[in-house]
Amino acid sequence: MFNVEDIRKDFPILSRKVNGKPLVYFDNAATSQTPQQVIDVIVDYYSNYNANIHRGVHTLSQEATDLYEQARHKIQAHFNAKFAHEIIFTSGTTHSINLVANGFSSLLKKGDEIIVSALEHHSNIVPWQMLCERTGASLKVIPMNAEGELVISEFDALLSKNTKLVFVNHISNALGTINPIEYIIEKAHQVGAAVLIDGAQSAPHIKPDVQALNVDFYVTSAHKTCGPTGVGMLYGKEEWLNKLPPYQGGGEMIDEVTFQKTTYAALPHKFEAGTPNICGGIAFGAALDYMNSVGFKAIANYEHELLEYATKKLLEIEGLKIYGTSKQKTSVISFNLEGIHPYDVGTILDKLGIAVRTGHHCAQPIMDFYKIPGTVRASFAFYNTKAEIDTLVEGVKKAKMMLS
Amino acid sequence: MSIEDIQNEIIDEFSMFEDWEERYQYMIDLGKDLPLINDQYKTDSNIIKGCQSKVWVHAEMNDDKIEFTADSDAIITKGIIAILIRAFSNQHPQDIIDANTDFIDKIGLKEHLSPTRANGLVSMVKQLKMYAIAYQTQLK
Repeated sequence: MFNVEDIRKDFPILSRKVNGKPLVYFDNAATSQTPQQVIDVIVDYYSNYNANIHRGVHTLSQEATDLYEQARHKIQAHFNAKFAHEIIFTSGTTHSINLVANGFSSLLKKGDEIIVSALEHHSNIVPWQMLCERTGASLKVIPMNAEGELVISEFDALLSKNTKLVFVNHISNALGTINPIEYIIEKAHQVGAAVLIDGAQSAPHIKPDVQALNVDFYVTSAHKTCGPTGVGMLYGKEEWLNKLPPYQGGGEMIDEVTFQKTTYAALPHKFEAGTPNICGGIAFGAALDYMNSVGFKAIANYEHELLEYATKKLLEIEGLKIYGTSKQKTSVISFNLEGIHPYDVGTILDKLGIAVRTGHHCAQPIMDFYKIPGTVRASFAFYNTKAEIDTLVEGVKKAKMMLS
Repeated sequence: MSIEDIQNEIIDEFSMFEDWEERYQYMIDLGKDLPLINDQYKTDSNIIKGCQSKVWVHAEMNDDKIEFTADSDAIITKGIIAILIRAFSNQHPQDIIDANTDFIDKIGLKEHLSPTRANGLVSMVKQLKMYAIAYQTQLK
């Protein structure tokens, strides 16, 4: 049974004060908070198991290796990957994307095309621009409409036999729009293109099944799902991961090394050069355990309730405009007060203990589309409450009064 | 008045406020009153990098003193620049270069000094001092 008051007890940070006021944390799309269960795993690791993995014959190293590989299996099970070696530990979504982009530089040539969406985070645009510069491939963009949705008919028109890779986020970080990735994956496969889905914003809300989706690559970061920062994953279909060359050279990723030639280790180690974030990987697994114990269905239902409540309450404020009004969206509200800079609103809210994000959310093309410098973004998680939303609404009213 | 005298005057004014709200309301009002920069100087090259809001600063030398004008699209940021300009405008370049900025801490705006703050107060101070260094070189 979902009980938000019980859940809140799991998160020590939610009881702290900011600027003398109880913290209201609405910056969950940037990073989620960490429950005691995950903090305990981190403490336990450094208290009892800390060692380097995969190489040591001693007990600590073997125990740490077991924990790390168990975490990989947990992640595999969570995303329903076919094999554990299809899960590559990375430092996070950006690293995962760069790994794939780098791999494709040996597969692309002039005339090839990569399709991305207009709803992307900068980290989803720049690696592909760099890839195009290296290979002579060109970048095509699926446009968006005023509701903050992709214009799918335009996507259909962009697809051709030249399309080699399609890259779309599952959910837009700036607006919360849920993109129709099932359709995108199916259509891209019809022309033989690979599909990479950025799940950084969806992993906290939706439990994706990578096999059912038939997606080629899926990436996310642990810190979006109650885990630590600095660790994330790349899911890739075995056949694709075998096709891509290694990304970084170093320890762990080799099979045999002589000065004449090095042969690479098998998956997943081929892509995991150097000592990884061992504790982070283990904590990533624990974070998914935690979220599964709450239940993704319950999380989605409750967050939807928060979204509807907050949308209704905020729209009662005169002069407040919400950006991103798709019917298919997660618990993210991007808004502005008429004639007031988002930065000013965010500053006043911070003084009231309310954490929101202001600015362009690393998605400048979206802001350019709406011709605004940025927005105030409130993003809700399953440990937030309607009472906190009331505090936000009062805070926005106060900011409006002070600033206009 | 010297920069230090003006800074002390600002510290005195801010010491009358009882809480953050009064302080911020005062800054917002200062922002509203900030003399606007001439539109011709609101160019991309006059934008200070490192601010989440746009900040334009223009400097001119009159009688060996620098006059700063500025603008921003965010009102709190404008208030902060208004305070900086009050302290540094119409001063000799060398005095601007030598001035310390501890008064920002003393008026309760320390949080804006952290490098993580998106308003880039640090960048603004640096930019004013850069102008002073440039004009000081011309004087020599």
